[in-house]
Amino acid sequence: MSLNISAKEIKPLRQNFGHIARRIGDNKPATRYQEAVYDVQPTTNFHYPPSWDPSRKIYDTARTAIVMQDWYSFTDPRQYYYTSYVAARAKQQEIMESNFELVEKHNLLQSLSAELADQIRQVLIPLRHYEYGANMNNQDICHRGYGTTITSVASYNGFDRIGMAQYVSRIALLLDGNEETSLNAAKVAWLEHPAWQGLRHAMEDSFVLDDWFEILMVQDVIMDGLLFPLIYERFISQVAAQGGSTFLMLTQFMNEWNEENTRWTNQLLKVTANESAENAALLAQWTQVWLARVDTALAPIAHLAFGDQGAEQLAAVKTELVARLAKQGVKV
Amino acid sequence: MAKKLNMRKRYELLTRGLGWEPTYQSKDKVFAQEAYEGIKITDWSKWEDPFRLTADAYWKYQAEKDKKLYAVMDSFAQNNAHLNLADASYVNALKLFIQGVSPLEYAAHRNFARLARQLSGEGAQIACQMQSIDELRHAQTQIHTISHYNKHFNGMHDPFHMFDRVWYLSVPKSYFDDASSAGPFEFITSVSFSFEYLLTNLLFVPFMSGAAYNGDMATVTFGFSAQSDESRHMTLGLEIIKFLLEQHEDNLPIVQGWIDKHFWRAYRLLGLVAMMQDYFLPESPMSWKEGWQIYFVENAGALFNDLGRYGLKMPKYHEIATAEADHISHQVFGIFYNYIHAAAFNLGLPSEAKMNWLSEKYPDTFDKYYRPRMEMWAEMAKEGKRFFNMGLPQLCQVCQIPMGFTEIAKGDPMQIAYRVSEYQGEKFHTCSDGCKTIFDYEPAKYVNAWLPVHQIFQGNCGGAAVPDVLNWYHFHPEDGGDYVGSADEARWKAMKGEAAAPEAAQPTQADAA
Repeated sequence: MSLNISAKEIKPLRQNFGHIARRIGDNKPATRYQEAVYDVQPTTNFHYPPSWDPSRKIYDTARTAIVMQDWYSFTDPRQYYYTSYVAARAKQQEIMESNFELVEKHNLLQSLSAELADQIRQVLIPLRHYEYGANMNNQDICHRGYGTTITSVASYNGFDRIGMAQYVSRIALLLDGNEETSLNAAKVAWLEHPAWQGLRHAMEDSFVLDDWFEILMVQDVIMDGLLFPLIYERFISQVAAQGGSTFLMLTQFMNEWNEENTRWTNQLLKVTANESAENAALLAQWTQVWLARVDTALAPIAHLAFGDQGAEQLAAVKTELVARLAKQGVKV
Repeated sequence: MAKKLNMRKRYELLTRGLGWEPTYQSKDKVFAQEAYEGIKITDWSKWEDPFRLTADAYWKYQAEKDKKLYAVMDSFAQNNAHLNLADASYVNALKLFIQGVSPLEYAAHRNFARLARQLSGEGAQIACQMQSIDELRHAQTQIHTISHYNKHFNGMHDPFHMFDRVWYLSVPKSYFDDASSAGPFEFITSVSFSFEYLLTNLLFVPFMSGAAYNGDMATVTFGFSAQSDESRHMTLGLEIIKFLLEQHEDNLPIVQGWIDKHFWRAYRLLGLVAMMQDYFLPESPMSWKEGWQIYFVENAGALFNDLGRYGLKMPKYHEIATAEADHISHQVFGIFYNYIHAAAFNLGLPSEAKMNWLSEKYPDTFDKYYRPRMEMWAEMAKEGKRFFNMGLPQLCQVCQIPMGFTEIAKGDPMQIAYRVSEYQGEKFHTCSDGCKTIFDYEPAKYVNAWLPVHQIFQGNCGGAAVPDVLNWYHFHPEDGGDYVGSADEARWKAMKGEAAAPEAAQPTQADAA
């Protein structure tokens, strides 16, 4: 097709969609992130009451007690839209893939002591179920939450959980030469071993919470906020020090992931707590209740991981979490 | 030496068994949506994974696909490749797409997340989760592709605001709200089977081959990139139906009822696509009727032959839809021709060449019923009496399309069809037996419909006069009306270095009002 370049009129009529222009003006182009998330969710004039929640609308701000003037006040510090999200994960998975390959090729787990292998089986492998439950909670937030900046982050978060559950499962298969012994044992532990019951109980209770923001608080802030540093920073470091440095590679994704998860949850808490004293109080109240609960639930797992040092290690991550939350305006 | 795992076994080990039966809370409470529709699942482990994609493989493939897609998008924008379109009138198809289709992708994203939370079988759960995030991809890549068009053409500047308010967009919105407000199994039957499996080609092919025929490579690229996801979604649609029917015989009548209902709902929605396909595209790859013949009559016919062993029958009223294939695009066009002053896209009477194409594609109906109408409208316009309907139409209580369909199946294609139901002492109007059957089965649901015309009369849409309502929609004066004489046409000619044609002086809505 030929073009008459000299004659063409290509000065744009406008820079931005109207809903974007109302937020950032029409004098500078929107980022791909802004276009992908701002105001995409319907807000009004729904046709039928949902059969699964008949007293509310399909999307409804009343599904949480948190009140925001503008549910798009929070934006993801990582600026993830679908493509930037999968691009970031694709890079990470490439590294993980070569990590797993290296471990497999050189049979790096062969030299692992039986004690250490056993500890990995007891402490790490049951977490595949934790991730699955965390995924359920984040899919729920994605569905019942309000505003695409939050719900899309929950979607990525949930997807990551499946990824992490699968990485943990692969570690089990590596330990067993592709037999499912450790996978089966971990499920039994998750369902029956006393050490895991407090955590599973707390998680099952979180499944049935009505307020999606409370679920987010319990799952993505408090449970993750204690468990990830406890396991992936402290426990894995200890394993590495005892001759299991291979596990630093096999859990690299989880460690990096925790840093990311902390970035967006911090931002969300900061924006939400800053909005009003009522929000801040509610976040603090949820934190108070669930922090105590999850702290207790993790004590036997900390013991499995660190023996007598367990209480001290757990207390340290709890102090870090409390300080982190206080910095965002959530004070307990 | 480690045992070798095949793909199937490996996938099973990595996913199945991740979930567990809760004991601290009851299963009924944790998976509160699984039972209330009356669907009986006896054993989730019988679920056959329709695709075995681990999260890491998903990230890898999708990132590769998107890298290519965004490279095309960037170069399209940089080179102002919209100048390569066959004609700017083609862009009206994109207007309808961003206003009416992209919001449905988004709604699918949120609702598949619901299923990913609510279904207790890991296989189905993870498949729904992948579809949920895919649908977010589709909504976002469409926004990003059409963002460039929004800079150069009208009608695409506020699609999400419009979706929640505009009269004709309540057709797609109510269609999807119907499934979103239903239980999880009705939702997935509706979206994954009745829509994605049975009818998606009737949406996809017209838009994407329309784009290809008219020089829109950006849209073609996102379309084909999305299609590789769609093939996963289609296999999920088929698997869920087979699974439900294999699980318990009591599921059959429930599932058949949903297929019947959502087939008809989706078919009515596709009336808008039929109009686009036959009337918007400067270059038409295929008529609506040809598409219906291939993608529904032949493909769905073969599919239901296969599904017969489960006791499943072709959707109710499918023969009416097939009889209407000769008429539907012309009738929907007629409706929009009347109301184009209140739309955010442009439309025009077909040219002589286009009418000859329509005569050829619709030998039994176009010359007999519809060409005379077009010629009369053209004559009126020539005399300065371009016909606009300034009243507000009666809408079907279910599909929400203005009542303009006729008694085709009864052999009376010139007679407007309408049906009446009574519920709690009030009368409710529907456009067809299909919509009436849906209403009568769940009247308590459909009386809640947010009918745009009723809402205008009740004063909920910015005012009583048409300009007030259009303002409330965020329509600009240049968004609607006839294509000839439109701002887009004038701009296109300026872009191409052509002078405005003398016949561009057709009356616009301002003259009619």
